[in-house]
Amino acid sequence: MTSLPSLPTPKKLGLVIDLDVCVGCHACVISCKEWNTGGYGAALSDQDPYGADVSGTFLNRIHTFEVVPEGGQVIGEAGEARIVHFPKSCLHCEDAPCVTVCPTGASYKRAEDGIVLVDESKCIGCGLCAWSCAYGAREMDLAAGVMKKCTLCVDRIYNETLKEVDRVPSCVRTCPANARHFGDLGDASSEVSRMVAERGGYDLMPEQGTRPTNKYLPPRPRKPLAASAGSAVLAENTHDAKGFFAWLDGMLDRI
Amino acid sequence: MHPAFSIIVFTTLSGLGYGLAAVLGLGLLDASTLSVKLAHIGALAMIAAGLLASTLHLGNPQRAWRALSQWRSSWLSREGVMAIASFVPLTVTAWFAIVEGRHLAVAGLAGTLMCGATVYCTAMIYGSLRSIQAWNTGLTPLCYLLFAAAGGFLLASVAGYSSGSRGPVCAAIAILFVVAAWICKQKWWTRLRTLAPFSTPESATGLGHIGHVRLFERPHVNENYLTREMGFKVARKHALKLSRLAILSGGLAPVLLLLVAILAGGSAAVPAAVLAVFCYALGLVVERWLFFAEARHAVMTYYEG
Repeated sequence: MTSLPSLPTPKKLGLVIDLDVCVGCHACVISCKEWNTGGYGAALSDQDPYGADVSGTFLNRIHTFEVVPEGGQVIGEAGEARIVHFPKSCLHCEDAPCVTVCPTGASYKRAEDGIVLVDESKCIGCGLCAWSCAYGAREMDLAAGVMKKCTLCVDRIYNETLKEVDRVPSCVRTCPANARHFGDLGDASSEVSRMVAERGGYDLMPEQGTRPTNKYLPPRPRKPLAASAGSAVLAENTHDAKGFFAWLDGMLDRI
Repeated sequence: MHPAFSIIVFTTLSGLGYGLAAVLGLGLLDASTLSVKLAHIGALAMIAAGLLASTLHLGNPQRAWRALSQWRSSWLSREGVMAIASFVPLTVTAWFAIVEGRHLAVAGLAGTLMCGATVYCTAMIYGSLRSIQAWNTGLTPLCYLLFAAAGGFLLASVAGYSSGSRGPVCAAIAILFVVAAWICKQKWWTRLRTLAPFSTPESATGLGHIGHVRLFERPHVNENYLTREMGFKVARKHALKLSRLAILSGGLAPVLLLLVAILAGGSAAVPAAVLAVFCYALGLVVERWLFFAEARHAVMTYYEG
C-alpha cells in the first residue's frame, strides 16, 4: 500500500552526513554500488560500460560545491570561498512523495523503522516516483526497467550472519574519513541524534515539505587564511631566538 | 523535463478523445447520422490509442495492471481506474448510437462526467508534483480540461457539419473554449516565466549561511538517468517562439477557420472545420512538448552551476 504509515514510525533509521569531514573520495559511491549490485533486487546495471558514453545506476553520488561568501571573490577580502564535498542518497523522508505517487504499491515506507523501499516485483517502471523526488534519490535501472534506490542496506543492518561492526550501511562502513553515521534519529539519546543536536544538523530543501530523516552537519567555521599566514611571517624575523641562535643572530647582524 | 514522445502522444490523443466523447455524451448531435456514429468510434479509438501509447514508456508494461491498485494515494492510479471505468458508459453510449441510432441520456451524461474526471486525474499527475514548480499549480488541470473541451467541440463541429445538424452551435462553443484554453495557458506561461525558484542551490545544500553556492563538480563526468530525464534544456532557447507558434496554430487558426465555417456554411463548412481540427492538434502537440521541455525539476539545483 502506497499510503504512508499513519503513525510516526517508532524508529527513524537514517544517516547523518558530516560535511566538515567528507573529503570527496567517492569510496562510499563505489562500496554502495558493489554491495547493492549483488544484494537486494536487480543488479545496478551500467550502459556502454567500456565505451565512450558510459553511464549507470548509482544509489549514492557525491557532488562538490563551491561556496563563496558575499564579496568574497577575492581571497581574504571578505571571508574565503570553500569547497564542500556533498554526498547525496535517499533521505528516507517522513512525508515521502515518492511513496504516495506510486500507482502499484511497489514503493513503500516501512512502518517499523521508516526505511523507504521498492518492491521490484511490483514496479512497472513508470518513473513517476523519480519525478516526485526533489533530491534525485531514485534512478531507473535501464536494464531491469525498475526503480532503484538506497535501501539503507536493509540486507546488512539486520543481518545476523555479519559481524556486529558490519551491520551498518555499506557507505558508512567504508567511509575512510568517518563522515557518515548510521543510527536511529527517532531516539533523542542515540549517538546520531546527539550529533545532530550538538552540530546543528539540518534538512535538505525543507521548503519541499518532505521532512527528511537523514541530516547533514554543516562545515565548521574555517580558520581564516590570514591567521595561518602568521607563522609564515614569523619565520622571517628572529624575535623569539634564544641561546646559541640568539648569539648567532647577533653575530650575523654585526657582520 | 524530458518530453517523452509516448507521453506527448498520450496526453494529446486522449485529451482529444475524452473531449469528443464528453461532447457526444451531452447529446447535442443527432445520433442516427453516420458521421456521429463514426465520431463515437473515433473518440474510443483515440482514447484507446492514447492509453496504449502511455504504456510504451513503462520499464515493465506487462505489470501495468498493478497500477489500478493505489487509487487512495496516487493520481496516476486514479487516472488508470477512471480511464477503464469511463469505458463502460462510453461504450454503452457508443453502442446505442451506432446500433440503435439513438442517444442514451443517462449513460451519455455519466460518460461526460467521467471523461472530465479522467482528464483531471491526468493533469493532477503533473499538477501534484511539488518538485516541479512549473506544474504545481491549479492552472495545470484547468488548462488540461479547457484544452480537452475545446478539442471535443472542435471535433464535434466536424461531425455536426457533416451530419447537417448543430454544426454552427458546436463551432461557436468550440471558439469559446479555444479562446478560454489559450487565455488560461497564457496565464500558465506568465506564471512559469516569472517564477522565483522554490528551491535554490543554497536551500538544496543548506550552505547558504556561508555564501553563494555554485556547483564545482558533478558526481560523474557523463550524463546519468537524472540529468537525461529531468535536465532537458533544448527547448528553453526557443520557448517563447514556440509558444507563439502554438497559439497561432492551436488558437488563432482554428478560431478563424471556425468563423469561416459558421459564416460561409454550406460545402465550405466541413473542410474548414477539419482544417481547424488539424491546426488545433498541431498547436496542442507543440504546447504539450513545451509543457515538459520548459518545466524545471528541483533536482537540477544539484546539477547546474
